[in-house]
Amino acid sequence: MSARFRSLAASLTGQAISVFARFMTAPRAIWQGIEPVPRQRVYFANHSSNGDFVLLWTVLPPGLRRQTRPVAALDYWLKSPLRAFIGREVFNAVLIDRRPEARVADPVAQMVEALDQHASLILFPEGQRNSSDAALLPFKSGLYHLAKSRPEVDLVPVWIANLNKVMPKGEIIPVPLICTLTFGAPLHLSADEAKDAFLARASAALLALAPGAPT
Amino acid sequence: MTSPHLLWLLSGVGGILVLASILGEILRQRLSPDGTNPVIENLNARIAAWWVMVILLSIAFLAGKPGVVLLFALCSFAALREFLTLTTHNRGDHWSLVACFFLVLPLQYYFVLIDWYGMYAVFVPVYVFLLLPVLSALRGSTKDFLVRVSETQWALMICVYCISHVPALLYLQIPGFEGRNVILIAYLIFVVQLSDVMQYVWGKLLGRTKIAPTLSPSKTWEGFIGGSLTAILVGTSLWWMTPFTMAQAAGMCLVLTLMGFFGGLVMSAIKRDRGVKDWGHLIAGHGGFIDRLDSVIFAAPIFFHVTRYYWSLT
Repeated sequence: MSARFRSLAASLTGQAISVFARFMTAPRAIWQGIEPVPRQRVYFANHSSNGDFVLLWTVLPPGLRRQTRPVAALDYWLKSPLRAFIGREVFNAVLIDRRPEARVADPVAQMVEALDQHASLILFPEGQRNSSDAALLPFKSGLYHLAKSRPEVDLVPVWIANLNKVMPKGEIIPVPLICTLTFGAPLHLSADEAKDAFLARASAALLALAPGAPT
Repeated sequence: MTSPHLLWLLSGVGGILVLASILGEILRQRLSPDGTNPVIENLNARIAAWWVMVILLSIAFLAGKPGVVLLFALCSFAALREFLTLTTHNRGDHWSLVACFFLVLPLQYYFVLIDWYGMYAVFVPVYVFLLLPVLSALRGSTKDFLVRVSETQWALMICVYCISHVPALLYLQIPGFEGRNVILIAYLIFVVQLSDVMQYVWGKLLGRTKIAPTLSPSKTWEGFIGGSLTAILVGTSLWWMTPFTMAQAAGMCLVLTLMGFFGGLVMSAIKRDRGVKDWGHLIAGHGGFIDRLDSVIFAAPIFFHVTRYYWSLT
């Protein structure tokens, strides 16, 4: 396949996935703490479904969408040629290796590199899909390292509600239900803020956006 | 499916919308020049959405029976998506919910399309009612079982069964009215929505006494009486394009406005219970599909059956 054909196919596939996501979930973005303006950002969200980043990507205005790259697990997205096409070419994902023993590149360095190329990122700091009863799993430290390396970038919490009901783990056919994405106020690392304190603050800021959370 | 009467009705609605758009723009310049008065902004968003809805409905009318059936099937889909977002269900209901959207809904509209009255009249209230809970039961979760299956059945009755009676009007066989059934749909929607709009207008102008303060702050006796009377007057004056005499049209309009009002009331009660202001967000200014359709949902099956019983051969 020629490069031009692949890039056209990637763009059409992206549109089709986005239309399908809208059909199934009529996603509603609530810009509670920020406006959808072209600023460099790291959107960090709760992770309960493989559709999470698709939905987040879908509700961004097209201009922002083009410069926003999801951070995704290499072991999942390179498993088959179709997944690799979707991960790499449709969504231009920053593919990181979650297995410390196998990896050749440092995930934080890869994310910083993407930021230095003026991309915004979509990150799931829980590191894996949450199918437990807890609202959020403990955050991995990547978010902290990003905040430390590039302190000027906005870290924006985004709560994705209801998507786990659209497609519970283990089901094949999704059920159409309305999903809501709430964008909170941006966070930055404070001077001398320790890793655990920062991660706890980020986690609390995300949880506060969940429907039914005490305001 | 176009008839001169339909064109007149649509032109009339177009005229009302042109007038409303001009009025909305004048009000905006007077009261909300910087776009900050929420009532005026909402009014203009509503008028803009009305343009879209009227244009879509007109296109469906032009496309004939399949077009109208498809349009209301899509409305059912959007309404069901809104309704089931707010109902109680757990993982054990996944297959039931999938069946609601991808089996029950298409089948119901297919039965309407092929004019199988004996089936679409009982499909949801009998077959689905009995078989759908089996899917949930087989998955083994008994927690809140009765609540889960009842709310799912209610969602289907409201969003699929009731709405499907709008396109079903196309298939009634009324002697002397052949080829003009689309007027029945236009008339139903026009009278019910005019009543809604005029209740809103009268309510905003002189609404004082709330009918059900716990349900809805915007429903007042002044708005209800003023809006219903306006819709009945206008609806009755259009009797010549319907199969009804003038007196029959007046009676029919009374039934339509009452049922429409009840629909708004009942759907408000559900929203209140679930703690939401609107069913959805897809129709700017109005809220969701159910917010706009609640009155039609309650009026359509009654209008269908009264018309069928007294005027139709089948």
